[in-house]
Amino acid sequence: MIRALVSSIVLALAIPLAAQQSMPPAPYAYRQLDDPAQEAAAQELMETLRCLTCQSQSIADSDAPMAGDMRHQVRIRIAAGESPGEIRSWLMQRYGDYVSYKPEVSSTTWPLFAIPLLLVLVVGAVLLGRFRRRA
Amino acid sequence: MSWRLWVPLFAFALFVGLAAYQLTQPKDDFVESRMVGEALPYFDLPPAMEGVEGVSNATFADGKPRLLNIWASWCLPCIAEAPHLESLQEQGAEIVGVAIRDRPEDIARFLARHGNPYSRIGRDDLSEVQLAIGSSGVPETFVIDGQGVIRYQHIGDIRADDVPVLLAELEKVR
Repeated sequence: MIRALVSSIVLALAIPLAAQQSMPPAPYAYRQLDDPAQEAAAQELMETLRCLTCQSQSIADSDAPMAGDMRHQVRIRIAAGESPGEIRSWLMQRYGDYVSYKPEVSSTTWPLFAIPLLLVLVVGAVLLGRFRRRA
Repeated sequence: MSWRLWVPLFAFALFVGLAAYQLTQPKDDFVESRMVGEALPYFDLPPAMEGVEGVSNATFADGKPRLLNIWASWCLPCIAEAPHLESLQEQGAEIVGVAIRDRPEDIARFLARHGNPYSRIGRDDLSEVQLAIGSSGVPETFVIDGQGVIRYQHIGDIRADDVPVLLAELEKVR
């Protein structure tokens, strides 16, 4: 009895999700472009774009419907002759750094690159000092 | 004992303290649109079901500020915000809907059950408008001024205390 109740509740909760998934995906969400060079460019770009609804995957890795729609956008724009850089900046204009899955040095991210370098330098200086003293 | 011996411990304590502080801070998962302040890009969506009109960017360029609500019948928080959209509409806001990845029959069923506050509903099967205006989920609500410029973004479902905020944002651009 309880099991039937629980399973019916779970099923009812799953209906909206099922509806979201039951729409056919965008035409170019899972279909590659016919031109291998264009498809390679699209694939490379998709790996540097972040899925907005799953957040820890690139759109190339995600099966979220919105990631599919983003792949569709990338592929039809590449097929129409837009450069990967143009498509990237079109998305960055809308979502900012968030949509980027490619580490880039900017006014906010430079410490991430500078701190390890600084630490290596400090360690190097300390080691150099010790070796000299011993010698 | 040299004071230098304590330096690593202090550095460690500082790191632990910083990590503990960051862990207690609420996490902000919202991806804000950079399109606030920009004009709506060109789009032209077909009607989402029979008996309603479709939505294009030209819809918003007639001098009247409107709300643009991104939603879907499969979206659970959209059910929660339905009564608040209704109260926004009752208080004079015109709400234009964009249905994401949705079917006409599902939309009709949703509106019959939860009320229809929309003056128009466009059908966006490929999330094209969503991507073009920098929206990253459903539901989201944008305030569009009479010239078709995006003025404000509300992320997530509209709760009772968001209603006066959205009315004030609409009033601001009137």
